[in-house]
Amino acid sequence: MLDNPVKKPLVKVRDLKMHFPIYSGFFQRHTGNVKAVDGVSFDVFEGETLGLVGESGCGKSTCGRAVLRLYDITTGSIEIDGKEIGATPQADLRPIRPTMQMVFQDPQASLNPRMTVQSIIQEPLDEHTKLSQKEKQEKVWELMDAVGLNRRFAGRYPHAFSGGQRQRIGIARALALNPKFIVCDEPIAALDVSIQAQVVNLLEDLQEKYGLTYLFISHDLSMVRHIATRVAVMYLGKIVELAPREALYASPQHPYTEALLSAVPEPDPSLESRADRIILQGDVPSPSKPPKGCNFCTRCPKVMDICKETEPEFKEVKPGHFAACHLLDKS
Amino acid sequence: MLTYTIRRLILAIPTLLFIALVIFLLLELAPGDPMAEMPLTIPPEVKERMREALGLGQPWYIRFYLWLYQFFVVEPQYWIDALFGTNLADGAQRIISFQSRSPVFDTIAERIPQTLWVVGMSYVVGVIIALPIGIISAYRQYSWFDNLGTFISMVGFSVPTFFTGVLLIVIFSVNLGWFPSIYDTTLVVNDWSSFLMQLRQMAMPVFVLALYNAAQISRFMRASMLDNLGQDYVRTARAKGMRERVVVLKHVLRNSLIPVVTVIALGVPQVFGGAIITEQVFKVNGLGQLLIIAIHGNDVPMILTLTFIFAVLIVIFNLIADVLYGFLDPRIRYD
Repeated sequence: MLDNPVKKPLVKVRDLKMHFPIYSGFFQRHTGNVKAVDGVSFDVFEGETLGLVGESGCGKSTCGRAVLRLYDITTGSIEIDGKEIGATPQADLRPIRPTMQMVFQDPQASLNPRMTVQSIIQEPLDEHTKLSQKEKQEKVWELMDAVGLNRRFAGRYPHAFSGGQRQRIGIARALALNPKFIVCDEPIAALDVSIQAQVVNLLEDLQEKYGLTYLFISHDLSMVRHIATRVAVMYLGKIVELAPREALYASPQHPYTEALLSAVPEPDPSLESRADRIILQGDVPSPSKPPKGCNFCTRCPKVMDICKETEPEFKEVKPGHFAACHLLDKS
Repeated sequence: MLTYTIRRLILAIPTLLFIALVIFLLLELAPGDPMAEMPLTIPPEVKERMREALGLGQPWYIRFYLWLYQFFVVEPQYWIDALFGTNLADGAQRIISFQSRSPVFDTIAERIPQTLWVVGMSYVVGVIIALPIGIISAYRQYSWFDNLGTFISMVGFSVPTFFTGVLLIVIFSVNLGWFPSIYDTTLVVNDWSSFLMQLRQMAMPVFVLALYNAAQISRFMRASMLDNLGQDYVRTARAKGMRERVVVLKHVLRNSLIPVVTVIALGVPQVFGGAIITEQVFKVNGLGQLLIIAIHGNDVPMILTLTFIFAVLIVIFNLIADVLYGFLDPRIRYD
């Protein structure tokens, strides 16, 4: 299944489920679950960037947070750097946290407004290392240099920075403990387009410099195409397709991927007019009541009878190219 | 920050003068007569002379000006004289109570210790118990602890102090006989047993007021903690691998304290105002009770002086709250 057999998986996720309970009625009884992530399996190989795309509310962010165990997951196994952390209690996870870090979506809200940049970046060092104050100071400056922030700003508070600068603080903070695996949860969604490119390039440079592995969550397909090695497409809590970047963008196997890719804006107006858009009808079903059979059967333009009955299996259709669709069964 | 404080203090002067004028005019317009409680046998012309002796014959603006002069010039002179043994005041007329004919500030000075001890202590106790309750309630939202805390705050906030006070007296003084129902001001604390006695007589009024204060402040604390617990930076702190204690106490609590500190600071003037009802119930002769008596007797100089002092305290503590805000929240800078 490996496109490059030398690479070994750093992160292995198997059948990850994250269900949020719904309590309703007078007695606040447990009446159902929001199945935000419902049985997701994938690997992230060392040094690669796995892009995770999907529309709003499909469970991308929840998936990213669940992989880092920022939630207590419902079921499933997560193996990071050879350690199984799926069921580890939160307190025991703390020593493992340095290996896995996260860059958050909202650079404003994810930084404590009452801490200076210095203390934000330094705090993980205080907690997880035994460096002297001087060494920590050096490290903070080094990190600020690495993400392109002026050292003189170390004493300032987050509100004094622009969105792009704040995201750099967030990245420096994530890098402080030399992590191997970083989940980037829509790191560019809250940024200006001109700044997005800077931040993505910064992420790429850092990946090269420190040998990082990314899980890059985004709804921006062009950006994912730029940064990702492989791409996973999520729909309603499930991965519908997972393939190397070129293969996915050139020959999408799942009808949902096709529809998603057809929605990418085309900068060339002459091509734009010729593009045949696949417009999906209807809304995404509620993740608390996913349809029977294939999750996509309510909106799929190529829906068949079997789709409404049995759930398609997520399997390898070409080498390294996985998809879950009944259309692929016939061939 | 200093410039800001000075500017605010200077701006407070016209505000306070206006407040003084409003209080004065309110008392002026209010029906009632300081002579009303004098025996009816006193002939009207004698009553008129007594009124003039109190200075009531002058037009209101003269009386207002004289009161201001006495409050801001004469009284401070007397304080300086008392402190340094000088003779600045030189026997000038002080603000005299209509009822007791003694200087208003002497009476206030006699009353302040009781109020500070009982009401102040209740405020301190209230804050001390409210903060942990608020923090734990928010951290374990909807747990049995939170539900119990919510219930107790609701009771503490909605049941008036004249009811809880009397209820406590019935239970603990009348039936159980643990605590005295009347606060004895003449008690001198000079040894261990008199100290215990002082504690026992303070226990019930302090408890009644502390319950009321704690109910309010714990709600603020809880709401503020809940606001911050859901913030993204808390998730960041957890992702950093910080201990839960650090996450809650360092990240969440410090951010949550900003509004709570303001609420606590704004509540302090009420301490000086005394708890009028509670002081009545437990016969604590503090400032609250003094104000009630003064209002009963149409003692205009006393009411005016007391209410004006409360106004000054409120203005000052508003300023303190604002300055604290600036210290606690780096996003707020006044200069």
